[in-house]
Amino acid sequence: MTEHILRMSGITKTFPGVKALQDVNLSVRRGEIHAICGENGAGKSTLMKVLSGVYPHGDYEGEITFEGRRCEFGGIRDSEHAGIVIIHQELALSPQLSIAENIFLGNERARRGVIDWNRTNYEAAELMKRVGLRENPTTPISDIGVGKQQLVEIAKALSKEVKLLILDEPTAALNDDDSAHLLDLLRGLRDEGITCVIISHKLNEVIAIADAVTIIRDGRTIETLNMATDDVTEDRIISGMVGRALDNRFPPHEGTIGEEAFRIEDWTVYSPSQPGRKVVDGAGLTLRRGEIVGLAGLMGAGRTELAMSVFGRTYGVNISGKLYKDGKPIEIRNVQDAIGHGIAYATEDRKRYGLNLIEDIKRNISAAGLKGLSKRGWVNENEEYRVAERFRAGMNIKAPGVTSVVGKLSGGNQQKVVLSKWILTEPDVLILDEPTRGIDVGAKYEIYTIINRLADQGKAVLVISSELPELLGLCDRIYTLSEGRITGEVPRAEATQERLMYLMTKGQE
Amino acid sequence: MTTATIPGVGRVPRKYVPVLVTAVLFLVMFAAGGIRYEDFATGQIILNVFIDNAFLLVVAVGMTFVILTGGIDLSVGSVVALSTMVAATLLKHGWSPWLVILIVLLIGAVLGLGMGAIIHYFEIQPFIVTLAGMFLARGLCFTIDTESISIDNSTFVGFAQTRIDLGGEMWVSPSVLIAVAVVLVAAYILHYTRFGRNVYATGGSEQSALLMGLPVGRTKIAVYTISGFCSALGGMLLSFYMLSGYGLHAVGMELDAIAAVVIGGTLLTGGTGFLLGTVLGVLVLGLIQTIISFEGTLSSWWTRIFIGLLLFVFILLQRLFSARSRQ
Repeated sequence: MTEHILRMSGITKTFPGVKALQDVNLSVRRGEIHAICGENGAGKSTLMKVLSGVYPHGDYEGEITFEGRRCEFGGIRDSEHAGIVIIHQELALSPQLSIAENIFLGNERARRGVIDWNRTNYEAAELMKRVGLRENPTTPISDIGVGKQQLVEIAKALSKEVKLLILDEPTAALNDDDSAHLLDLLRGLRDEGITCVIISHKLNEVIAIADAVTIIRDGRTIETLNMATDDVTEDRIISGMVGRALDNRFPPHEGTIGEEAFRIEDWTVYSPSQPGRKVVDGAGLTLRRGEIVGLAGLMGAGRTELAMSVFGRTYGVNISGKLYKDGKPIEIRNVQDAIGHGIAYATEDRKRYGLNLIEDIKRNISAAGLKGLSKRGWVNENEEYRVAERFRAGMNIKAPGVTSVVGKLSGGNQQKVVLSKWILTEPDVLILDEPTRGIDVGAKYEIYTIINRLADQGKAVLVISSELPELLGLCDRIYTLSEGRITGEVPRAEATQERLMYLMTKGQE
Repeated sequence: MTTATIPGVGRVPRKYVPVLVTAVLFLVMFAAGGIRYEDFATGQIILNVFIDNAFLLVVAVGMTFVILTGGIDLSVGSVVALSTMVAATLLKHGWSPWLVILIVLLIGAVLGLGMGAIIHYFEIQPFIVTLAGMFLARGLCFTIDTESISIDNSTFVGFAQTRIDLGGEMWVSPSVLIAVAVVLVAAYILHYTRFGRNVYATGGSEQSALLMGLPVGRTKIAVYTISGFCSALGGMLLSFYMLSGYGLHAVGMELDAIAAVVIGGTLLTGGTGFLLGTVLGVLVLGLIQTIISFEGTLSSWWTRIFIGLLLFVFILLQRLFSARSRQ
């Protein structure tokens, strides 16, 4: 079992300004299940995109050898031709087409250009039997659940005579039964000789299924562990994933913590697209005045879903639970209610949900707090201009003037505009979702300083972040979220990356 | 960079560029007409364009609101026709002209409100809803009468025949004053009220507007109500102009209105544009008609050909601008 089906060596991939991958090596033996672990943003997905030709040859440095041959893929078609199929977390299926049509999409069973429907459905049924999918091949994709859609993707891969199957977070959106079925299926495929690479955050699953684990951190390979010969535990993987020193990237801050400002109790939210799946499950947390609280969780843990469902029910269905503001129960039915109760939410996707990119700085800043700048519906434009100028100076927004269009600003300056907008609504509670995503180091420091200042003004701040060092450097207290549940609450003094990562990957018993 | 350099003008904010292009185009057309034809380059020619297109201007104002939110209203031409028809038939039965005008405006606003409510509450594309509204209103015209009904009410005739002297042998009709008033009020609402801001914010990014707690639903319903009201008012101006009500009035006017808005520099996807641009758009369309009638030998269908070409040019221009601003 020493023959390697895949060797990637010295892979380096640079994006403008960042080295996403640096001298990464990955060797996968034929017929094994190989897991890749790493924090959000460690470079796992980038590596898989290099392998599958999404980033074509020449776009990266390094060498890929597959089945003993050097590969220079120009696109996904080339890698699929070689027998490498990648299944992304966001499934690439056409919802209105049938299962059979999806399986053979782009690869239709046709005779002289005319589709042979009998053969299509017959062969689809055969493939579906192999992956254990009991459905009619003519059922539209939109009528089956995500778990079964995942199986359709695998059946599609099998139809292309896959040799190496890559799955990106295959169980992230699945319930326990579907996950178990999928893992069984992968074991079955391994016995048929199909090699699998799986990217997963669920370490218990990794340990249960993988033959080898490669750990990636900050775009570098840390180590490859062999399940059979090395003594691999969850702790061992975690320490590989997070082992990084904290440096002086955070402004010093000593908060004065006051009364309770906001409390969420027993908060449960169901997915709007998959009825019956709990995205947030009985979560509860407390924020106090002057306190910066962190919310840690891996991709798919339900962080944003928790925040948005609280912020005026902008996500989810069948939301239940209680909210308290300053100790008194409150009811929030929509965003206006939330703003009225002094709650602000700065989204993780500022370009799509946080800003009107074609409008100028002034109008973006005033958008949510326009009520305070107008009388009986008439906007006081002079006042608006003055307020915007005050924020531009106070937040150090780098732009020629407040009439500059927001879409042309850098990420850091856009984020300052978003923060200005919410500060103008004079909130008591700020929920900041990934406040420094896509922002350079200098601007991050400025954002941290602003967050500290907000806390010093007696506001309660909840920071959602994928970067553990950021939470450790910034927060007074950190909650961990895993699979929709709060799995821990750690004060700053006791918080370490290892401990948080342990709580974040803790599955449901 | 949010500015663009224009030779001879200097730097101007990029968002004004499409309006300026339309303004320049209008001036060039006017100058060309003045060189080619005698008696063309007079103030009255421009005023005539206003007189002949006052109703289109009012309808296009309503359309501007809708398009700024990223929607579209195909029903306006039919609502104009229905308005002329309702007015003509009620006047024939001897109703007071002022009451008739009030009723017609109410009908237009209610139709718009209904379509806006359907678009918002059932989350249906505006195209389909207003297409249905277009068929409905047009059909309703013929339930009133299949023939043209002439209007001989003295108030309406008075509106049609009054000339307001501006001195220097120039004059306008009362309809022009009404249209200009509508433009001024609408421009004020769009640029100085919270409602106006919500219109731009909804068109710029509906999702982010929702997450900012802006009343997106109310705004969307309101713009269709405004468009319905403007269409009814446009219908009144058309009945002053034609002195008749007819189910085949204003066929295709919705497309003229959309064309005027787009030529005026408003993005069809919403979020940016100015009312002044719409005014210029209507003037450009009107001037094309005037030039073709001065030419004399060309069939009036050449108007359509020129409008078609102009639309192509403007859509390409907008594409260029939005592509550049995304970089």
